[in-house]
Amino acid sequence: MQHQAARGKLVVEHVSKWFRTREAAVHALDDVSLRVQAGEFVCIVGPSGCGKSTLLDVMAGLTTPDSGQVLADGQLVVGPGRHRLVMFQEAALFPWLDVLGNVLFGLKLVAELTRRQRLDTARDYLRLVGLERFARANVHQLSGGMKQRAALARALAPDPRVLLMDEPFSALDALTREQLYGDVQRIWAARRQTILLVTHNVREAACLGDRVILMSHHPGRIREEFPVTLSRPRSINSLELASYALEITSALKGYVPEVVE
Amino acid sequence: MRRSVVATLFFVALLAAWQAMVISGRWSPVLLPEPASVAAYLWGAAADGSLFEATSVTLRRLFVGYAIGVAIGLPLGLLSSTSYFVEDTVGVLALGLQTLPSVCWIPLALLWFGQSEGAMLFVVIMGTVWSVIIATDAGARTIPPVYARAARTMGSEGFHKWTRVILPASLPFLISGMKQGWAFAWRSLMAAEIYVTILTGFGLGHLLHYGRELHAMDQVLGIMLVIVVIGLLADKALFAPWERFLHRRWGTGVKSG
Repeated sequence: MQHQAARGKLVVEHVSKWFRTREAAVHALDDVSLRVQAGEFVCIVGPSGCGKSTLLDVMAGLTTPDSGQVLADGQLVVGPGRHRLVMFQEAALFPWLDVLGNVLFGLKLVAELTRRQRLDTARDYLRLVGLERFARANVHQLSGGMKQRAALARALAPDPRVLLMDEPFSALDALTREQLYGDVQRIWAARRQTILLVTHNVREAACLGDRVILMSHHPGRIREEFPVTLSRPRSINSLELASYALEITSALKGYVPEVVE
Repeated sequence: MRRSVVATLFFVALLAAWQAMVISGRWSPVLLPEPASVAAYLWGAAADGSLFEATSVTLRRLFVGYAIGVAIGLPLGLLSSTSYFVEDTVGVLALGLQTLPSVCWIPLALLWFGQSEGAMLFVVIMGTVWSVIIATDAGARTIPPVYARAARTMGSEGFHKWTRVILPASLPFLISGMKQGWAFAWRSLMAAEIYVTILTGFGLGHLLHYGRELHAMDQVLGIMLVIVVIGLLADKALFAPWERFLHRRWGTGVKSG
């Protein structure tokens, strides 16, 4: 499964985005620029409403920016594409399909695969996330953590160059989250896919990212950037991580006084 | 097992109460025949084939009218859930016409189509289509938008999106919309058969109508019973498998408490 080391570069250039309703206009993103190298794991942290999810949507091609552009491997992003798949906060698994059917959904849209290849690939990824025994289970029978694992398998199966994760762990309990941090690090280490994770959890960002990017709100701007040089795999409970997180949190408080962690 | 025993006992008790009312002699047997004579009528009508003939005529009309009603109503309902134009035009029309009892279409149908199959079909379609539009529209609106977003990122758009995402995602509401449409079609057809006298085929509604004209209460009650049983069987045969699928996949339909 390790065959795309050098692809998955993302460049965000001067992206601005306004949301206008009849009552108000919100400046969601203000001149945001960002470079993500192929194979890099980048986390974006900020308070709710800082536009971090909007930034992810723009990178996914789900939202068109008012100005600026996104380049994926040098190509202008004009819409969603299967080289940039998204994992959402709600697992967003399709309830009318079983677990295997969900993982197959994206694969069926890859025209050049045969039926056999799709089935084998789907089973490989279910094994990778530890759900091989639940291929025929219905979505409602899975726990929250298993749902996100299935969503991870669904997003990875079509072999995207970039995985965009929009707070996929925030609805899970602490223990399940910890397990998933381990799973994500293991899978990333094996596949070296570019991953962008948006979260409001500073510790989570420091645990997973090569870099942590700090955003502030009103308007949504990138403020600072923290490289995380701790060795991997990292534990969310380690002391070094806690001190990293503390440093980032205090920086965050400087930009967003009302944020209390 | 226990639940089916309870149901059986209930209906046996109902029959016994009916029989007791007949035995009491307070009502004329012309108005209240005993269960056995209703059974005898049904047996006779089944034996000479007239019951099956009428049932098959009625069901044919029902299936054709219902199929056309759903074929028109489903797409319009889906469109009305996504397009303001369709919502403000067809949607408003559907809302208004749905309140019109389908029996009110019969005078118009008779003037337009005469005493014909066309009149009957028209009434059934008018009875079905509006409620299907409204139920489908209401259902499709409650689909979580994240399904469509997830599907888009994986490259699903256009026809694929409609058939593989929107349609299955709204399945719970489509089924209830189609069920409602079925109930309306059935009611409309019975009204049409009672009022439209026709020579091309006697349906159950006609048998009911002539039962009244001949003062044959055993026929009236017998046919009513057949209509009820067909309604129940149709529900079991047409919709129960879908509902079982829904409950299994979505994890719904479990009675609490």
